[in-house]
Amino acid sequence: MRGIALPGTGWLPWVLAGLASLGLLGLAVAIAMTVGEMRIPLRVALQALGNGLFDLGYAVNPIQQGVLLDYRLSRALFAASCGGALAVCGVTLQALLRNPLAEPYLLGISAGASTGAVAVMVLGLGGAVLGVSGGALLGAILALLTVALLAAGAGGASERVILSGVAASQIFNAATATVVTTFASAEQARGVMFWLLGSLGGVRWPDVWLAAPVTLAGFAICLVHARTLDAFTFGEDAAASLGVSVPRVRLVLFGTTAAMTAIMVSIAGAVGFVGLLIPHAVRLIVGPRHSRLLPAALVTGAVFLVLADILSRVLIARQVVPIGVVTALFGAPAFALILTRVRRSA
Amino acid sequence: MTLAARDLRWDAGGRIIVDGVTLAAAPGRMLGLVGPNGSGKSSLLRLLCGLRQVKSGVVILDGTDISGLSRRAVARRIAVVEQHAGTLARVTVEDVVRLGRTPRRGALSPWTEADEAAVASALARVGLGTRRDQPWETLSGGERQRAQIARALAQEPSELVLDEPTNHLDVRHQLDMLALVRGLGVTSIVALHDLNLAALFCDEVAVLAGGRLLRSGPPETVLTAGMIAEVFGVRAEVRLSALSGRPHIEYRLD
Ligand SMILES: Nc1ncnc2c1ncn2[C@@H]1O[C@H](COP(=O)(O)OP(=O)(O)OP(=O)(O)O)[C@@H](O)[C@H]1O
Ligand SMILES: [Mg+2]
Repeated sequence: MRGIALPGTGWLPWVLAGLASLGLLGLAVAIAMTVGEMRIPLRVALQALGNGLFDLGYAVNPIQQGVLLDYRLSRALFAASCGGALAVCGVTLQALLRNPLAEPYLLGISAGASTGAVAVMVLGLGGAVLGVSGGALLGAILALLTVALLAAGAGGASERVILSGVAASQIFNAATATVVTTFASAEQARGVMFWLLGSLGGVRWPDVWLAAPVTLAGFAICLVHARTLDAFTFGEDAAASLGVSVPRVRLVLFGTTAAMTAIMVSIAGAVGFVGLLIPHAVRLIVGPRHSRLLPAALVTGAVFLVLADILSRVLIARQVVPIGVVTALFGAPAFALILTRVRRSA
Repeated sequence: MTLAARDLRWDAGGRIIVDGVTLAAAPGRMLGLVGPNGSGKSSLLRLLCGLRQVKSGVVILDGTDISGLSRRAVARRIAVVEQHAGTLARVTVEDVVRLGRTPRRGALSPWTEADEAAVASALARVGLGTRRDQPWETLSGGERQRAQIARALAQEPSELVLDEPTNHLDVRHQLDMLALVRGLGVTSIVALHDLNLAALFCDEVAVLAGGRLLRSGPPETVLTAGMIAEVFGVRAEVRLSALSGRPHIEYRLD
């Protein structure tokens, strides 16, 4: 009786929560459209949106219309996809590895993806066949394998995974730096360095059409595994004894998180701390069950990165602070908070 | 015969840990596993429920080699309570016990009345019915153990594998726990350190030392002063208890 009444088992609470989240996300995107070098009133932004979507024929200044639809909207929607994807990756990796610090950035997956993307951009490895996203994906997978290998060498305990991730990050960052300093032109190097810190400046619609489906598909795959992730609460043996095929689940979910991370990194560079901060914040509100945690992380991550992007554009007048710097600004203190909590409960 | 092992061998860290063990758990009976620290009890239990790949030999569940069954099929039959269970996740007692329903639910099937009933009855049986919402991290050692056992019961297993289930439990709960498992009528394999508890509850006792099965049989033939001296290096006197009709062991200090 009790279980039936709980949110998460009936449909109504889900629908309501879904609508509320979409509303919140819509609001964040709307604000993102009005803020920037050129301030545009919300009314104009909505009119431009109406023109773009339904050809409503409002009289909107064509320059404003262009800025709103070609730059700000695509940028905000990509920020939402990217934030959602990284937060979902964080939730999934933390559950699989049973480590509260697991997330794409600290595990070195982002660093690996950066190396792969830079290798394609600067060296032209793989050429047109591979593309920057393909290079990032290969780099991300390589980084995951490196972490797995290092962790296995260190005894395979889940605490060692983060150490291995830090080591892998160093290796791949060094590789990236080597490629950039040795082979890139000065012009290229400047662009790459800015992209590495995380930047949404170059985002256009094709990026959204790539990132949004990847985020939604990755989220769907993780959500189907929500109960499986719950089963990892007491470790891999406990999960196996509850009927989880651990090797298959690891393959599917590590693959999914690597792909999601790689696509986001190939477009926006390595944005850190979203995958760490959002899962912990959301867990405080909706609890540890993954059927609620994953959707909540998706929406919160999306809203968070849209807001972070707004902040990156207004923090310093006439300048855009790299989004990775803004997320780190909030992420680092949160990281410290989590560290102390881990110590307390250990 | 429900769960049986034939000539099981397993090695780790370059050492043979389980060395040619053959045993069978009789249906509906309790099989006790005793032996010194490091004798391979936990390792053997992990092999029996398919959590480790055997090096040689087979584990047979109702006539089929367990390595040919899916994890899910095994989990619907065998529930396991490990010797140590810990988590950093902020789960409640109810969250933990609900995990036991995992092998019985599809990825998207809703929480059913049957699931709820299984969880409620499991919680009631271990005496945690009123503690559903208590966070795991605030539970005492014995309460954690009982929550894990409730989780195993919620799995509705036909075979129950318990690794030192009386660990952390007070006398009352030790007796209640083993009586509960016996009363379920499921086949159980239980690693125990307390030889008197083994004598009191087990239908059969198997003695493990250095990864080998030294002896197995009814408590009165296995739990002898000679065996205790040989395996544990402790002098003891064993007599039949007038109270229970089972062997009772008294240790001698020297
Ligand atoms: N993965 C492993 N790698 C190396 N050695 C292992 C491994 N697993 C178990 N061992 C060793 O195998 C031996 C048996 O361990 P096991 O945990 O099965 O003993 P046990 O009988 O359950 O002991 P206890 O009574 O202390 O619980 C121990 O010496 C242990 O160190
Ligand atoms: Mg043991």
